[in-house]
Amino acid sequence: MRDFWKRFSRNKGAVIGLVILFAVIAVALAAPFLYPDSPWRMVQRPFLAPMTVEGFWFGTDTLGRDIGAGLAHGARVSLLVGIVSTAVALLVGVTLGALAGYYGGLLDDALMRFTEFFQTIPNFALAIVLVAIFQPSLTSIVLAIAIVSWPPVARLVRGEFLSLRSREFVQASVVIGQSNLRIILTQILPNAMSSVIVMASLMVATAILLESSLSFLGLGDPNQMSWGYMIGAARTVLRQAWWMSFFPGVAILLTVLALNLVGEGLNDALNPRLARKGR
Amino acid sequence: MAAQEALLRVEGLSVRLPSGADRALAVEEVSFELRRGEILCIVGESGSGKSITANTIMGLLPRPYVEPVAGRILFEGRDLLREPEPALRALRGSRIGMIFQEPMTALNPVLRIGEQIAEVFDAHGRLSKKGRRERVRDLLASVGLPDPDNLGDSYPFRLSGGQRQRVMIAMALALEPAILIADEPTTALDVTTQAQILDLIKHLQRERDMGVMFITHDFGVVAEIADRVAVMQFGKIVETGTARQVLNDPQHDYTRRLVGSVPAFEPPPERPRVEGEPILKVEGLQKTYITARGLFTKGRRVSAARDVSFEIRRGETLGLVGESGSGKSTVGRCIVRLLDADGGAIRFREEVDLNSLSGRKLAPYRRHVQMVFQDPYASLNPRRKVGRIIAEGPMAHGASWKEAMARARELLALVRLDPSAAERYPHEFSGGQRQRIGIARALALDPELLVADEPVSALDVSVQAQVLDLLEEIKQRLKLAMLFITHDLRVAAQICDRVAVMQQGQIVEYGDTRRVFAEPQHAYTRSLLAAVPGKEWKIPEVARQAAQKQKESIA
Repeated sequence: MRDFWKRFSRNKGAVIGLVILFAVIAVALAAPFLYPDSPWRMVQRPFLAPMTVEGFWFGTDTLGRDIGAGLAHGARVSLLVGIVSTAVALLVGVTLGALAGYYGGLLDDALMRFTEFFQTIPNFALAIVLVAIFQPSLTSIVLAIAIVSWPPVARLVRGEFLSLRSREFVQASVVIGQSNLRIILTQILPNAMSSVIVMASLMVATAILLESSLSFLGLGDPNQMSWGYMIGAARTVLRQAWWMSFFPGVAILLTVLALNLVGEGLNDALNPRLARKGR
Repeated sequence: MAAQEALLRVEGLSVRLPSGADRALAVEEVSFELRRGEILCIVGESGSGKSITANTIMGLLPRPYVEPVAGRILFEGRDLLREPEPALRALRGSRIGMIFQEPMTALNPVLRIGEQIAEVFDAHGRLSKKGRRERVRDLLASVGLPDPDNLGDSYPFRLSGGQRQRVMIAMALALEPAILIADEPTTALDVTTQAQILDLIKHLQRERDMGVMFITHDFGVVAEIADRVAVMQFGKIVETGTARQVLNDPQHDYTRRLVGSVPAFEPPPERPRVEGEPILKVEGLQKTYITARGLFTKGRRVSAARDVSFEIRRGETLGLVGESGSGKSTVGRCIVRLLDADGGAIRFREEVDLNSLSGRKLAPYRRHVQMVFQDPYASLNPRRKVGRIIAEGPMAHGASWKEAMARARELLALVRLDPSAAERYPHEFSGGQRQRIGIARALALDPELLVADEPVSALDVSVQAQVLDLLEEIKQRLKLAMLFITHDLRVAAQICDRVAVMQQGQIVEYGDTRRVFAEPQHAYTRSLLAAVPGKEWKIPEVARQAAQKQKESIA
């Protein structure tokens, strides 16, 4: 574990990313205390520029809602959607990929054709269709994002399993008589986990972007304030009131950037093959 | 071999390793010279710094992680360590040629052989297009490749490993270099191919009066080819001398131990007949691989086992000997049921045919037949503690965690590791120690038959001897039957009661080890035996004693 931190912290960008990420999480957790009122409530005059009235440092939007409150509450939605949809995608992707890679043969063929079916449809288009069919709500958004993002996980895990299952330590556990399920869960999966974790951190970032894009198009959950919705609502007044879309935009940028940096750092720390080469 | 001019002189060379490596200097104060018309063998175990030395001379170090810090490498009046990269590039290939260990990956798979060799001339701006073609033809002929007129137009995948190594040699010799550096050029090859390549290198070296620096870990090869020998240990040269001196009268203690660990190649003494009851009877085993079958292609059929039959008694070691692709590993894997055989029977204790069982019915029998794997680095799960790795077998057969861990500690002691090793991860152990862990894992289920698939071929000689002794001792003590799969005839001669020689999926000769080695009947067996490097060389008594002493001090 200490080794892991040493390698992780060698990547300065990753540490910065982690700090930003923790800040975003802190804001998300503290949102109900910082802004106890609903972010949808009109609290000041509309078109209030930032830094002009005390307590409204980020200004207000076209209806007089506090942008600061929107940012804080939006962080909750973004992180929630990002994390839950990634978890669902991992569950589906890892299961299918593991089965395909371990058993091979016909099952592999069938599962991979099924995966390719999803890969041939453009992600975003499929997500829009799914959300539109199921009615926009947090659940349908999470599901839609999960459904469009599991195929790459399945392919990655399948590849890892294919190469790991021919390794001698896996064959050894076949010979000592371990059951297939045990071999998959205790022998192969832990060894495939590092690439999955790295991929998951990047998937959270993609999921946040997808959620923002959906909300931007007006397909977000109508009861949840989200960054994408704020930008979408402010785009008509972009020239008169830059701050309305600027702040949520920066929030998305920073969060996604932080997740990517952390992903890089995890990659360095978990797959230290490059670092080992020099020895 | 009168004193000839020195072509290459290495003086006080030290090479630094990156911080965090197991020692500060990969190569320390190394000095030697390579003379015209001689073959200098640099011998050492893995990690002794012999390849780093060669790569330093060629300027192929992964700088700045690994960097020479002291010394000089003098070649034709110049210090190679101080030459700029372009000058080195001009020297590489033209004045110093190099061949590598792995012929399968050293050639570009999408370029024709002829084009690849011609590239050497291209890189150094020599010869016209037509001249190149002719020269390529001559080179291919000179390294003894068949049909040199047309071979240049084929792609590397059409050639066998030995032929590819010949192409590599042709490339290295294309510009008639003064020096050839060969880094374990025959390690990846079969014995018969190895013998041919060694002959070829020797022949070309005589013919062109080159200096050859030959890096190897195999004393048999040294005995076959070397004029002079330098022995390396931990980055230092501990002994240099003529081949005769070093091989027959080694002075340094390390050299003695190393030479003494080489298994003797002579018909082994008559062993008492093993009278135990037969544990395993294999009858008419068949296995055919069908590769590359697609929707529209028919697929290539390779028979890996054709009508293979043998039996192993309790307390007996049967050696399954053959070159790569002979099907010996396939047979081993069919017996432990990692592979499903296509036909035949694998009778265990006269009771059951393992080949007819599968799934749940097979599970209770798995414990009786266990396997020791080849690669000690790949055969242990890197994310599990050693104790858990060994305990997993008994636990899969219903033992509790406590019982299994207690058993694991006992077994670690049996294979001469400290029981505290149970709490550590595999990467904390050396290759030999890991192989002991692998043996302990196989023994954890109290098997009656142990299938050992090349268990020592990834290990250094001195460690090899220890692991072989351990296997022998355990077999005696636990009254096991053992199927020992190996390509190394020296090892087979040392440990097997009987041997079966395999060629292209068939057993061509089968009998007592002594009989097979002393009076081989089949032509293939004879050619295998004739190809063993250094077979005339008798290992000196001082070395044997040194190795014996070392063993006793470990025990």
